[in-house]
Amino acid sequence: MNEILTILIGSIFVNNFAMSRFYGICPFLGVSKKLETAFGMGMAVTFVMSMASLVAYMIDTFLLVPLELEYLQTIAFILVIAVLVQIVEMVLKKMIPSLYQALGVYLPLITTNCAVLGVTQLNVTEGYNLIQSVVNGAASALGYTLAICLFAGIRERLALGNLPKWMEGFTGALITAGLMAVAFNGFNGLI
Amino acid sequence: MKELRKVFMNGIIDENPTFRMVLGMCPTLAITTAVSNGIGMGLATTFVLVFSNLVISLLRKAIPEQIRIPAFIVVIATFVTIVQLFIKAFVPALDAALGVFIPLIVVNCIIFGRAEAFAFKNKPLASIFDGLGMGVGFTIAITLISAVRELFGAGTLLGVQVMPESYLPMDLLIRPAGGFVVLGLMMALMNKLLPKKA
Repeated sequence: MNEILTILIGSIFVNNFAMSRFYGICPFLGVSKKLETAFGMGMAVTFVMSMASLVAYMIDTFLLVPLELEYLQTIAFILVIAVLVQIVEMVLKKMIPSLYQALGVYLPLITTNCAVLGVTQLNVTEGYNLIQSVVNGAASALGYTLAICLFAGIRERLALGNLPKWMEGFTGALITAGLMAVAFNGFNGLI
Repeated sequence: MKELRKVFMNGIIDENPTFRMVLGMCPTLAITTAVSNGIGMGLATTFVLVFSNLVISLLRKAIPEQIRIPAFIVVIATFVTIVQLFIKAFVPALDAALGVFIPLIVVNCIIFGRAEAFAFKNKPLASIFDGLGMGVGFTIAITLISAVRELFGAGTLLGVQVMPESYLPMDLLIRPAGGFVVLGLMMALMNKLLPKKA
């Protein structure tokens, strides 16, 4: 139980995916202009990352390791993720159309979000078991959602401000993210 | 020949993946804490770019439009696995430094982007040059960023002490926060220095 709590806090705050591990930075910069879309992206990522952790763990433990095919991990995991994203898209479309509408365009984008592949690789290198893997997947994704929502909130305000010309666009966004990372740095030593 | 030169230079300046296209940000921020990491990651990515561009270009008539994305992923993942095993076997120190970011080359959007935007529509030779240009452009960019971060953040370059003894390293620069700030400032500088897009 204690261990699960450590993973939870560690993945959400201390080793935050966007702010300290640098996973999923492309969508972090790309879809963070509006709070609403950022939240949608965060939710979609959370869903896929939890599922991917579960499925990748099973494939690794029951298929790749017994057959001594560990070197195929990268290929197997990315295929799992691509298929998973497709399935999630189809299931949501049929079962929960409202959620599908809300996530819409973000679903296909997730295949190339390195946070998803990153978490499956991380689970293997850390040697997590099934429960730990899924908890780590979900917690990391929640931390990612937290960061991208905070960032989008700041950017919404920033867009109204009067920035100097050279700081417009990516420069301003990156420096904002840098300041946020300093704040997240404060969680170091929490666990 | 002139055409190929243009394709090659395109990736270095006009469409520099890092400063112009803002692609592949994860490795750009994560591993640029030391120059050796920057060069290693740049070369690994260049290798994958060149070969995945070549193979995808050769197969461009065989791959049906609808399933091109899974097909690209398989080709890219194959070359990434080759690089991963090679680095693990011959440069274990680099493997330890880059860690999980080597397998993550698979989802580096530069490679995917070039497969989709260039290799799938062009001849093999041009695709090789495109991959080479993009790879070199990326390598130069991340080497520059890691040079700034290592020099001011640790006072060294390639592990050799460069700054005088009395220099107090700005530890912040080699931490995550420094990655964002340095990249932001470099981008502003490059927008000023590089020729405007035609």
